[in-house]
Amino acid sequence: MAWSLQSDRPLYAQLVGQLQRMIVTGVYPAGSRLPSVRELAAEAAVNPNTMQRALVKLEEDGLIFTQRTSGRYVTEEQEKIMETKKEMAEQLIFQFMEDMSYLGYTKEQTMTMINRTEEKSK
Amino acid sequence: MTPIIECCDLVKTFPGCRAVGGISLQVPRGRIVGLLGPNGSGKSTFLKLCNGLLTPDSGQLLVNGRTPGVETKKVVSYLPDRTYLNNWMNVAQLIRFFQDFYADFDTARAYDMLHRLNLDPMQKLKTMSKGTKEKVQLILVMSRRAQLYLLDEPIGGVDPAARDFILHTIITNYNQEGTVLISTHLIADVENVLDDVIFINGGTIVLSDSVDNIRDKQGKSVDTLFREVFRC
Repeated sequence: MAWSLQSDRPLYAQLVGQLQRMIVTGVYPAGSRLPSVRELAAEAAVNPNTMQRALVKLEEDGLIFTQRTSGRYVTEEQEKIMETKKEMAEQLIFQFMEDMSYLGYTKEQTMTMINRTEEKSK
Repeated sequence: MTPIIECCDLVKTFPGCRAVGGISLQVPRGRIVGLLGPNGSGKSTFLKLCNGLLTPDSGQLLVNGRTPGVETKKVVSYLPDRTYLNNWMNVAQLIRFFQDFYADFDTARAYDMLHRLNLDPMQKLKTMSKGTKEKVQLILVMSRRAQLYLLDEPIGGVDPAARDFILHTIITNYNQEGTVLISTHLIADVENVLDDVIFINGGTIVLSDSVDNIRDKQGKSVDTLFREVFRC
């Protein structure tokens, strides 16, 4: 997956988000080893210090852990990954609902529209 | 560890011009720092002072804990804003020249970068385009295992693809404890690789902060902030 970074938000926060995505979508499955900080930084075309900071944040959140000598790994707890996935989905929904209400749609109208649009695309 | 650059009330004047007018700052090790400012703001002068090409009128400047001189030049790799290399030499000769000159020069790394940029080691400098010359110079500078890289406008004259390569080289090849100080006004191109930025104008520091802090506090990119701060 390619890294896409916007210029008006802190980079490290965006890197956290993208790494979470890669973990919940299985690019880096549970228990797998992550590439080194330098490799990840080069891939995302960012400074290694910034990438390091993002990884530390994920570690604090318990999504990845460090094995003293051999590098960083994705957590083996599926629950933790599912929890992150749920949080991300909620975030998307909040954002979407907010945008829809900005356009003037109520919650009910939005729900009906979702169903109708989905049927159309089938 | 001492900061790689420490300076206090640094002043350098030229006849009729105060190029650096009292700069005090510390640049830590292991960082990539952007020295950003409009034309004539004192960026090149500051880099030349750090490199010992100019001597300050007053104030103190320490590089790696010492006054700039022979000892600091061993650990500082400088990319000047103009070429000083011999035009009649080809790239292979230049590499040998650098190898003779600097104990920390890594020949294998230089050839690897040449190869990746599709440059011919047998080509003479004099027959190269401006951009190609700049690439060669940058390869020579980045092939040293230095403590401090002073890069004066490293990406100004090269095409966007080579720009990406150069930035990639900077983030992957610099020493873990080494610091890279890049002067440029192509901010949008470099801001993703920078840890910190220093805005300089009229020879003084306007702002000095980390890139993420700026984005966090201001909610805008360094490039946008720069355009606001230095609006003409």
